Amino acid sequence: MSDVKNILLVGVGGQGTILVSKILSNGLVNAGYDVKMSEIHGMAQRGGSVSTQVRYGKKVYSPIIGKGQADILVSFETMEALRWLEYLEPNGKVVVNNYQIPSAPILMGKQDYPEGVLELIKAKADTTVIRAAEIAEKLGNAKAMNVVLLGALVKAMKISYIDWEEVIKSSVKASAVGVNLLAFKAGMNVE
Amino acid sequence: MKKLLTGNEAVAQGAYEAGVTYAAAYPGTPSTEILETIAEYKQDIIAEWAPNEKVAMESAIGASIAGARALAAMKMVGVNVAADPLFSFAYAGVNGGMVLVTADDPSLHSSQNEQDNRQYAKFAKIAMIEPSDSQESKDMIKAAMEISEKFNTPILFRMTTRVCHSKSLVEIGERKEDSKKPYVRNLSQYDLVPAVSKRLRAELEKRLCKLSAFADETDLNYFEWNDAKIGIISSGVAYQYAKEVFGDKVSYLKLGFTYPLPAKKIKEFASRVEKLYVIEELEPYLEDQIKQMGITCIGKEKIPNMYELNPDIIAKALLDEENPLIQYDRSLVANRPPVLCAGCPHRGFFYELSKKKNVVMAGDIGCYALGGADPLNAKDLCICMGSAPSIGHGAQKIFNKFDENLRVVATIGDSTFFHTGINSIMNIAYNHSKTITVILDNRITGMTGHQDHPGTGFTLQGMPAKALPIEDVVRALGINYVRTVNPLKLAEIREALDWALALDEPSVIITRWPCVLKKQSPQDKEEFGDYWATCEIDTEECIGCKMCINTGCPALRFNREHEKAAIDPVQCVGCEVCLQVCPVNAIAKVGE
Ligand code: SF4
Ligand code: SF4
Ligand code: SF4
Repeated sequence: MSDVKNILLVGVGGQGTILVSKILSNGLVNAGYDVKMSEIHGMAQRGGSVSTQVRYGKKVYSPIIGKGQADILVSFETMEALRWLEYLEPNGKVVVNNYQIPSAPILMGKQDYPEGVLELIKAKADTTVIRAAEIAEKLGNAKAMNVVLLGALVKAMKISYIDWEEVIKSSVKASAVGVNLLAFKAGMNVE
Repeated sequence: MKKLLTGNEAVAQGAYEAGVTYAAAYPGTPSTEILETIAEYKQDIIAEWAPNEKVAMESAIGASIAGARALAAMKMVGVNVAADPLFSFAYAGVNGGMVLVTADDPSLHSSQNEQDNRQYAKFAKIAMIEPSDSQESKDMIKAAMEISEKFNTPILFRMTTRVCHSKSLVEIGERKEDSKKPYVRNLSQYDLVPAVSKRLRAELEKRLCKLSAFADETDLNYFEWNDAKIGIISSGVAYQYAKEVFGDKVSYLKLGFTYPLPAKKIKEFASRVEKLYVIEELEPYLEDQIKQMGITCIGKEKIPNMYELNPDIIAKALLDEENPLIQYDRSLVANRPPVLCAGCPHRGFFYELSKKKNVVMAGDIGCYALGGADPLNAKDLCICMGSAPSIGHGAQKIFNKFDENLRVVATIGDSTFFHTGINSIMNIAYNHSKTITVILDNRITGMTGHQDHPGTGFTLQGMPAKALPIEDVVRALGINYVRTVNPLKLAEIREALDWALALDEPSVIITRWPCVLKKQSPQDKEEFGDYWATCEIDTEECIGCKMCINTGCPALRFNREHEKAAIDPVQCVGCEVCLQVCPVNAIAKVGE
């Protein structure tokens, strides 16, 4: 169904992809869209590769998409963008965090962290690269990296008519609202 | 008001609105959040973690017999554990409505097998309902309670991972009050002695006839007429996938009430469409029964009976359509398997165990399953929950009989010990095998996201409870050699393993330290203190031997260029396990 948009958020367990998906979904619901969101729980929470899908439009049936169907791929970790790239619609857009987390086989020296990932992705798709960790750290909380990426995603989605600040306020702990609002703005303003 | 809810949250909302007053479960992905969400309705619903699924099911049966609307929830393999009471309760029938939620896991995202539990409804001869999204999950729980009471049958409520864990919009409603029925003593219904059961057996068939008629009446099974060239019969999330692919271009018979099946509706639908597809995930459950009605249809010859279904598979199988993909070298991407967290209390134990020779390690279900991966490699087998000590026992008996110099070490978690491990350890003591059981007590149910159990000192709804001392229970089961160690102290583990291996008797070692992700209670703080800090590596001292890396902590890094190890301060919790293996004392705790 062509009026449905597909957003794929990927990263490593513990990076806060689910919180971002929640904020995103709540914003879309407020704007009157039908929304479906799908995530995989369980073992993946322990430092494994994780993904969340958010689909929105007039009427959404399936909660999941297949390969070659994501309009936007947001990757919270650099190599994960490559893992999920085949899910991107060939004309889709990538928002990728320039931030590496070596996985266990890489730490053990059994596999290598791939080189030139960002160049490879740029050559294949319309790509925005963000140093979200550095941006968040400058704002005083490295953990807010996920909301920096949300800002960049929202910019890429071109749906600025939603009051995202309100949604963020109601989705995070009171003590974290300040830094998350700054993080969101910083993400929106990248390049 | 509309809210974005997961299927699991919607089941909880439905239970609340339906006037359920008792709910029990054992946590298991993808079902866990059903009870966690129900637990929030403290005023209206008693919500409990049971030590295993059989106990959860039996408690819900008790509540139903007493007259309350009751619910039990579990993942699909849990229904195997609860199958015994399920089959018999099918004979007795309900007083208050009773729903058993089975959360199946196509594609085995976090399970040991892929069983399609729809077979259980047919096998146990009870009514089954299958929602396909969150709104239906809520509405159908309410319908299920009505049907259960009307036809005197327990209901199998079959969800799958994508229904449980995907969010969609749900209209929130009001709670139905006063659903409690009076309790009536009735031996001829609830006392299943052979004479009673024999009569109920015949009643069961009569009930199924009535349910078959109902299946044709209920609007849980409905037609969507469009073009009649293609007709699709589907249920559960597969229906949503079918709609995604075919939209309003074809006609549908959407089934929400799926045992017994609506024979009339199916025949009518089949006779009015030119080509009939049956689209279902996993086994040909609908297809087999439809074919038995003498109807020609296309199903599993095109659509696989393995792994999760999705719209792509349907489009490819039935329309021969494929999306163009971006081409690149996928072999560049390194694997990212799940790992034990930085500072996980299991790591030190597995590190020491993996160094022992002539040991067979029988594992169990939980985070410690992750100890089987590199570099710890400390696992030889793992079959199902609570099985490690009994499988270990059988193997140990054989090794001894055939004079093989092998010792079995069975590892099991605290929650798993209370689940069914108790029985298995009792068997070791009773039948004299010298199996060593290690109870990895992280003070919580770790893998499913930190649920309480009889050993933690709290109930699901936050009431303080007596925390059963595992050591006392194990002694009472007949094990004479029991030791408790701190798994962050490698020397203590080494010593305890040597002690157990030298014994010619069964023994139990309990490693007691909380999961790093656990929310610490005041009791925990008192017992374990505030050990949070970080460790740091002195790069001058480090000789690059990688001993610390071999403990497998994800907070450790190795700089190949400089041949030095480093610690990520964001992840490290200062457990000091790496510190104990460094041969040159290059690692130290900082910030104390
Ligand atoms: S959740 Fe707890 S028990 Fe599980 S791997 Fe992490 S620290 Fe270990
Ligand atoms: S002290 Fe060592 S083993 Fe423990 S969490 Fe820190 S880096 Fe990991
Ligand atoms: S164990 Fe010690 S010496 Fe060896 S790599 Fe680690 S820090 Fe360096």
